[in-house]
Amino acid sequence: MAAKVHVTATLNGEPVEFLCEPRQSLLEVLRDELKLTGSKEGCNNGNCGACSVILDGLLVDACIVLGAEIDGCTVETIEGLMGSDGLHPLQQTFLENAALQCGICTPGFIMAGKALLEKNPQASEGDIRHWCAGNLCRCTGYDKIVRAIMDAEPQLEVKK
Amino acid sequence: MNPTQTMAPAQTEVEQKYKVIGTRPIRHDGVDKVTGRAVYGADVQLPGMLHGKVLRSPHAHANIKSINTAKAEALYGVKAVMTAADFPDSGSRTANLGELGEVPLKPMCDNVMASDKAVYHGHAVAAVAATSPHIAEEALGLIEVEYEVLPPVMDVLKAMDEDSPLVHEDLYTDELGEKSAKPSNVASHTRHVKGDLSQGFAAADHVLEREYRCATVHQGYIEPHAATAMWNPDGYLTMWVTTQGAFTVRTSVHQILDIPVSKLKVIPTEIGGGFGGKIPVYGEPVAAVLSRKARRPVKVVMDRTEVFQATGPTSGSYVKLKMGVTNQGRITAAETMLAYEAGGYPGSIVALGGICMFAPYNIDNTTIDMYDVVVNKPKTAAYRAPGAPNSEFAVECMLDEFCERLGLDPMEIRLLNGAKEGDIQSHGIPHPRIGCIETTEAARDCEHYQTPLEGPNRGRGVASGYWVNAGLTSSVTARLNGDGTVTLQEGSTDIGGTRTSIAMQLAEVLGIPVEDVVPSVVDTDSVGYTEVTGGSRVTFATGWAAYNAGQAIKSQLIEQAADLWKVDKDQVSLADGVITTTNGDSRSMTIKELAADLSQKGIDVGSRETVTPQNHGGAYATHVVDVEVDPDTGKVTILRYTAVQDAGRAIHPSYVEGQMQGGVVQGIGWALNEEYFYNEDGLLMNSSFLDYRMPTSLDLPMIETIIVEVPNPGHPYGVRGVGEVPIVPPQAAISNAIARAVGVRLGDLPMSPQTVVKALSAKS
Ligand code: FES
Ligand code: FES
Repeated sequence: MAAKVHVTATLNGEPVEFLCEPRQSLLEVLRDELKLTGSKEGCNNGNCGACSVILDGLLVDACIVLGAEIDGCTVETIEGLMGSDGLHPLQQTFLENAALQCGICTPGFIMAGKALLEKNPQASEGDIRHWCAGNLCRCTGYDKIVRAIMDAEPQLEVKK
Repeated sequence: MNPTQTMAPAQTEVEQKYKVIGTRPIRHDGVDKVTGRAVYGADVQLPGMLHGKVLRSPHAHANIKSINTAKAEALYGVKAVMTAADFPDSGSRTANLGELGEVPLKPMCDNVMASDKAVYHGHAVAAVAATSPHIAEEALGLIEVEYEVLPPVMDVLKAMDEDSPLVHEDLYTDELGEKSAKPSNVASHTRHVKGDLSQGFAAADHVLEREYRCATVHQGYIEPHAATAMWNPDGYLTMWVTTQGAFTVRTSVHQILDIPVSKLKVIPTEIGGGFGGKIPVYGEPVAAVLSRKARRPVKVVMDRTEVFQATGPTSGSYVKLKMGVTNQGRITAAETMLAYEAGGYPGSIVALGGICMFAPYNIDNTTIDMYDVVVNKPKTAAYRAPGAPNSEFAVECMLDEFCERLGLDPMEIRLLNGAKEGDIQSHGIPHPRIGCIETTEAARDCEHYQTPLEGPNRGRGVASGYWVNAGLTSSVTARLNGDGTVTLQEGSTDIGGTRTSIAMQLAEVLGIPVEDVVPSVVDTDSVGYTEVTGGSRVTFATGWAAYNAGQAIKSQLIEQAADLWKVDKDQVSLADGVITTTNGDSRSMTIKELAADLSQKGIDVGSRETVTPQNHGGAYATHVVDVEVDPDTGKVTILRYTAVQDAGRAIHPSYVEGQMQGGVVQGIGWALNEEYFYNEDGLLMNSSFLDYRMPTSLDLPMIETIIVEVPNPGHPYGVRGVGEVPIVPPQAAISNAIARAVGVRLGDLPMSPQTVVKALSAKS
């Protein structure tokens, strides 16, 4: 077994330090080492988006990033989304639109939605469908998810 | 099925106005699920927990000659290794799997871990528990298995051939009640006969005979199976499982491991989708045995490849259908043969395919022959309306072909033949009150259907679907708190918001806001027996248990108030959360006030309810789809989709819509892309989400929904199950739309681009 790597990063706004094996993915580190199980594993090979997190402002699948790679980086996960004023607008619109059934894909979709709306605050239905094609949901047929992301747009505008 | 224990209300209450039912409250478990705090199967972490991994057969069909685990055991970090030899002998006992009926135990044990023979690629043969998942994986590579590779049989019709290789040498056909003389891959042949086929066909002006096939598809839930077990030295076993039925897991593990249910507690975690695929056990008994051997908690989580290789899928199928109609479009006779793949062990869901096949129509003369056939694929599991899409696809496609030939409107032929209350179904049971006609009429009249579709290579398809639904046993425990709220413990795992749709029914009875009901899904020690979350039964049956609990609390409150006021309880009533006298002295208090008083006095108000309702009523749907076909690439684009469905009574309309939309999209995937690819050696070639192509948001438009409410007289609020039927019509609706767009009729699923292109070039 290779020696563990020492990593320092910023996670959900706070400094974090951990040791990980070079073969451990960021998703494993988040879930097994840092006990943040909000990011989910659906496939472990970059095909479902259940593990979506934001790395230095970019939406990535945490299962295909190595834990050791995030040294010096900034990572946002679903656990960091709730502010002092309560739920993030996307969390609220997902609830109001019944945009989750089983909910396993929800953290990934919310992180994907956040990354999209930061880039494109007025994303159209088509933009959202295109952007979210990396996130699979088997329960909802996407209809209510797309609506929830659209509904969050004006609220995020107001927040700014 | 057990006799009913449900008190039918004196009269159905569907005509009343509701305060809670029909509203769209935010689900009670919502915040946990949008913040990442909800604990799903793989999220369970226990002190000292080990990670289990399963070694799987690299062959589709092979005798296991020997397994040597010594090297794996010696690897640093490995704490236990197991094989099927660690299970107690399964003998000839059976296990009850609810919706799936009684199943013999030996195949169930062998499916969890192969003892003598691997019967599909990915079949479990051994398992390891180690201090990290990576070490466990390394150890799997050190296990030596000697196989004798056998020829695989991968297709249902080939498996039925006399000279086909046998999946099991000791399997004999149950041929219409008689055991066959020779072993065979056909586990059973059953038949339903109604009327007289020759008379029926003689009365027909047009007869068609066609073959229809469905590829093997998977449920595709995003959360892989996960089970954590902790076996204590005193013999008590606790399991944390993502499952559709905690009690079903308890029963299965109890039977496989031969330990008393009293020593086994199953704690259901949140579940990341199931669709029928999370009813059977896979890693649960494995985690338990590894935990016993390692004397530490063990978590077994599948990866996606394992999910595809070894769980689910649904039956690949062959359907032959012959139907006759009059010039007016009245169906006079239908004869069909259904052959469904069961996978590696008997028990496909062909019987439900037979029951549902002709249920949307009243046909006087029908014969249905059903074959359950083993092949070298994973043991099939239920998948949303299990069995129904395969068979109804055939009927719905053929009806459309008749429409085209006779110049009939697809809605009119469905209305002309549509099933009504009292019509005898093909298996001899009369229909209860059903909403077949109302649903079809709503589809005919909807804006989508009334708006003409224009443009080249575009076509509109229509199809209907039926699903039988289920009742089965459900339990809840409800207790009034001192602040007037009610805690509600439910035995049904919640896959799509049922905590709330159940709680709403209790809230309605008491006239309190649904936020004042606090539902939770609890373990097998904490609530009465409850069957699986399946059969579209939870809002119907568990909701009924909650309704009964509400009624019990209501009468207890009335009694207590009468006591307090020293009046007869007949002179007290409860409505909208307020208790009042009806004798004119106008005394009143809120539930909250009375609850505070009772709690101070130490008086407990609550109820424990178990129901087994029988009259679940069937569910109907009619769908309309517009497609555009690219004649060069064969790609089919869904332009517009409308699903119309009878919900009986929509308790939470957003969740009903969500079920409809989700079912439609699974049906679209089944129709256009999804398919297991096996090579000639029987090895699964596309066990990833990249290669097993499920619909993404980019592949779809919004899915429009129209909820029809024909109340089910078998439920106090008129509820019918809604979850499953929406997966039935899409396949045929899309096939019919393609036919109208480009003039080719496709009877083999999926209708992938290459299939469409091939059909187009064959036509030209
Ligand atoms: S788990 Fe990372 S993309 Fe599926
Ligand atoms: S809500 Fe279940 S996968 Fe999206």
